[in-house]
Amino acid sequence: MGFLTLCQTPVNDLFYSLILRALRLLSVILGVVTLVFFLIHLIPGDPVEVMLGEMGQTADKQALQQALGLNQPLWQQWLQYLNHTLHGDLGQSLHSKQAITELLAQRLPATGQLAVASLLVAILIAVPLGSLAAIKHHTWLDQGAMTFSLLGMSIPNFWLGPLFILLFSINLGWLPVSGRDNGLSWVLPALTLGTALAAILARMIRSALLEVLHEDYIRTARAKGLSEWAIVWHHALRNAALPVMTLIGLQLGTLLGGAVITETVFSWPGIGQLLIESIQKRDYPVVQACVLLISLTYVAVNALTDMAYVWLDPRIRFAE
Amino acid sequence: MPALIFVLWTVLALFGSHLGLQPNEVQLDKILQPPSWQHGLGYDDLGRPVGDRLIVGAQISFFVAWQVVAVSLLLGTTIGCVSAWYGGWLDKLIVHVMDIFLAFPSILLAIALAGVLGPGIENVVFALASMGWIGFARLSRAQALSLKQHTHVLAARALGAGTPRILWHHILPLLLAPLIVEATFGIAGVVIAEASLSFLGLGVQPPTASWGAMLKDGTHYMLIAPHLVLAPGMALMWVVVAVNLLGDQLRDALDIKTQQR
Repeated sequence: MGFLTLCQTPVNDLFYSLILRALRLLSVILGVVTLVFFLIHLIPGDPVEVMLGEMGQTADKQALQQALGLNQPLWQQWLQYLNHTLHGDLGQSLHSKQAITELLAQRLPATGQLAVASLLVAILIAVPLGSLAAIKHHTWLDQGAMTFSLLGMSIPNFWLGPLFILLFSINLGWLPVSGRDNGLSWVLPALTLGTALAAILARMIRSALLEVLHEDYIRTARAKGLSEWAIVWHHALRNAALPVMTLIGLQLGTLLGGAVITETVFSWPGIGQLLIESIQKRDYPVVQACVLLISLTYVAVNALTDMAYVWLDPRIRFAE
Repeated sequence: MPALIFVLWTVLALFGSHLGLQPNEVQLDKILQPPSWQHGLGYDDLGRPVGDRLIVGAQISFFVAWQVVAVSLLLGTTIGCVSAWYGGWLDKLIVHVMDIFLAFPSILLAIALAGVLGPGIENVVFALASMGWIGFARLSRAQALSLKQHTHVLAARALGAGTPRILWHHILPLLLAPLIVEATFGIAGVVIAEASLSFLGLGVQPPTASWGAMLKDGTHYMLIAPHLVLAPGMALMWVVVAVNLLGDQLRDALDIKTQQR
């Protein structure tokens, strides 16, 4: 067996494609960091003046300019920003003087909890709804499920949130209005954020299932007398799961973006709320750090789902 | 029905300023007045008429949506077509830049840009268009890549037609249908995004009314005046549902494949 044939074996192909993906990933991360770096240079006028306000002392201004490195040439600032970010040093908040990494660490658990809870809510709604729509294709149940899905996609979460508060907190008094002090505080934010995702997911699950349900092995399962639900649960959903998984990864971006708004609606003390607070306080280093953290999380999750997909699906593994 | 809502939105946005609205007129005796036959859609916390403010909000969302979609369409399609046509390192570079933009959750970059640039309608348009072009660029690039190999394009090339002529006369007309569908969904997306930015206080400046800002103000009075939250939310939702439904219908109408079935 020559060297060439060895290189063409699937295992090496997989290795090669993983390395290519890793390189592409690295350059995307570099691009993201660069774009976030440039954010501060988009501030109209003198950023230092904007941050300190008109009342700032000249000495303070100079100190801040030094601290942010704004007196250096652009490429040096960029290198410095890269270097610091690489070492996990995101600088200091202009407002509270705290290390930004500390600030982020305080807020991260809340956002993580919200994201996981909404993802669960979304899956719990979308899987039954999408399956129902696929099984009862072309009936009023299908239509109803898709209407719900259209509504769910069209209702912005900053309206759905207040509607839930009106219904569940004010009229029924079941759940707390906002904050994160109560054991049940997470329910309404998760429901708000999860519904929009559920609407999109239900559509995807339905179309993925409809595609799978025409396959031969489904006909075989029918022929041996399995119930429609057993077919969907044991045979169809498993095969539909792969495309749906990638789509969940992609939709996580919408989820994380939506989290910024949902956290503001419910005063949920997460990264999104920190971002909005920092924009209002013109604490731009914190704004940069929040944007960086959220987008890098998104990039990482997508890379992971991408790789898991390649690993799990032999059709892709051997096709490349 | 969706067409009706869309027409109503358009007409109110285009001709609303001729209705003699008083969106910023404060009437202290009518503060937080609920909707009724005499009071229309009611009054807000400063005694301003909610109905009039809704119409101003319709104008804002309408103009922001069209501007953002027009800019994104023009920019994205140009970039996408050029990228696909020339290929090589230029194409690789453009695809990479798109990948970087796509690494930001859709609304996040707009929030950050609007936050850094400061509030104001031009900044909202800029922030949203800086995300919006990617969808059009990806779509037109993918389509142009396959169209490039079509025989009519090869024939035009053989006849000595220049690049601009081929792109304009032989590729763009075939791109139009999917681009129009994408633009329709784009409008729905921008309406929500504009309202989101205004809700976060990053959009249109007060006292100008915008649906997102009205909703934000309304959340402080939910206990006593739920109509302040319900009215702008309803308007927003119906416009978005209508535009999305129109997009679905348009897609079905323009798609030859589904017609043949």
